[in-house]
Amino acid sequence: MRAFISSVYLFLYAPIALVVLFSFNAGRNASEFTGFSTAWYGKALGNTFLVSALQNSLLIAFTSATLAAIFGTMAALGMERMAPRNRAIFDALFAAAIVVPGVVIGIATLVALVAVFSFVNPALATIWPGDQPPQLGLGYGSIIAAHGLFSMALVTMIVKARIASLGRDIVEASSDLYATPLTTFRLIVLPQILPSILAGFLLAFTFSFDDFIIAFFVAGSKTTLPIYVFASIRRGVTPEINAIATLVLVASLLLILTARILMREKKTKSGE
Amino acid sequence: MTAATNTKRNLVTAALVAPAAAWLMIFLVLPFIAMLVFAFGERAPEGGYQAAFTFAQFANLPTRAAAFWNTLILAPVGAFACLMIAYPVAYYLAVKANPRYRLILVSLVVVPFWTSLLVRTYAWMYILGSRGIPNLLSMIGIEDVRMLNTPGAVLLGIVYGYLPLMIMPIYVSLEKLDRRLLEASADLGAKPVSTFFGVTLPLSLPGVMTGVALVTILLLGEYLIPQLLGGGKVFFIGNALVDLFLQSRNWPFGSAIAVTLVAVVVVILMVAMRIAFRVAGTRQVDLV
Repeated sequence: MRAFISSVYLFLYAPIALVVLFSFNAGRNASEFTGFSTAWYGKALGNTFLVSALQNSLLIAFTSATLAAIFGTMAALGMERMAPRNRAIFDALFAAAIVVPGVVIGIATLVALVAVFSFVNPALATIWPGDQPPQLGLGYGSIIAAHGLFSMALVTMIVKARIASLGRDIVEASSDLYATPLTTFRLIVLPQILPSILAGFLLAFTFSFDDFIIAFFVAGSKTTLPIYVFASIRRGVTPEINAIATLVLVASLLLILTARILMREKKTKSGE
Repeated sequence: MTAATNTKRNLVTAALVAPAAAWLMIFLVLPFIAMLVFAFGERAPEGGYQAAFTFAQFANLPTRAAAFWNTLILAPVGAFACLMIAYPVAYYLAVKANPRYRLILVSLVVVPFWTSLLVRTYAWMYILGSRGIPNLLSMIGIEDVRMLNTPGAVLLGIVYGYLPLMIMPIYVSLEKLDRRLLEASADLGAKPVSTFFGVTLPLSLPGVMTGVALVTILLLGEYLIPQLLGGGKVFFIGNALVDLFLQSRNWPFGSAIAVTLVAVVVVILMVAMRIAFRVAGTRQVDLV
């Protein structure tokens, strides 16, 4: 059994390790390690297309994760106060947002936005006083909206689980001592759910940063990092892609590990 | 509670959920309605959508039968392959592993799931490609082995990509398992094998069903793995959808395929939940 388990872990990590190893390869040959070099990282970071795709991805991930953290937490707090029947509707919609395959979310968002734009843009053109009416189109906004949907569902799920494990008595004690609901929230509830909000934010950021398929449909003319990497892979496997892939791996690794540490802290505390 | 405080309470609740509710309406419910409307429309001559009410798109579905077959065969096969590897791993983590290292070992399983699927699939392109394993094989005299762009490569990529997602729910259900039941079974003279099949396995079935349903559903919409490891030869529904929306711009037909895909997903979810509930339900009765 031990041998089987070890080989599964090897299976999970060896391919990743290989990409990381060859990103430091001095030569171009993909099957032969000819010496250590960081040249491909220099080449990758000197690539202006790549850097602008990276900036787009960071902007989109930060914005969608921030919106998701705020609105998702609010939704989790609000759902707690709802009648069970209304809560079930929200639960079902959030579950749908998580379970529906990304390719379908991408298509549905694309179709809906294009339909809305085809009404709004001519209307804007007629009422616009100047010569150059603004044209709504796909881009940052549509990617943030589509990523925000999944992320909000994710944050709501995580924060709701945390709220459910909170002790009611401490909240009641606070209001018995004449704290206003807002004070109780600020001093009692918020500090306890903050780690799970942060964990939700980081997972949402990671999701958005790594997502390819949704952005592929709704990005319009914008390029995110995964879209750039996908396009380069189709042009051929090069050591430069290994370097970019390693950077992407390290970034998501740091984010997910931080998120897990935050969530574990929650577990040990609630276990006391 | 007075009527006034009640109203105020309701207003606060409404204000709290309003942004998320708006988001769900505008970016989930509305898009699904739009997709449904498009599925009954026609392709405009220049591509895109033209208003109509026709079932022609659905009647056309058989022209993409190959994509449906590939997906409907490889997704369950892939999920089952994941399950075969995932169950022993989850069992080891939940029951056998040293508690001191358990958290690290579980983290090591979870972490790959949150790292880019694109990068992880790319790694296999690298390994299976002509300069990878086939190159090594040619050094020992086995020439012309093709690994990339085969159904086997797609299946391997599927197992690699979705194994963590299968392990997690099974691990959770096994971790919750009451150890006293296992002891009771042993005390009553059951052999370890019969304890496993009579107690452990049935009690972990909800986790198994969750894992199988999640992985199958996500695989039904998979695009990257067949695209990169199947090289256009092993074509999934996801690949057909990208082609229809971004290349041939036949949006109504693409919408009809997407609607059909969602219908399949809903059916799988309902069946999985029914089985999971039935198992959980009867077991609870048994225990009481």
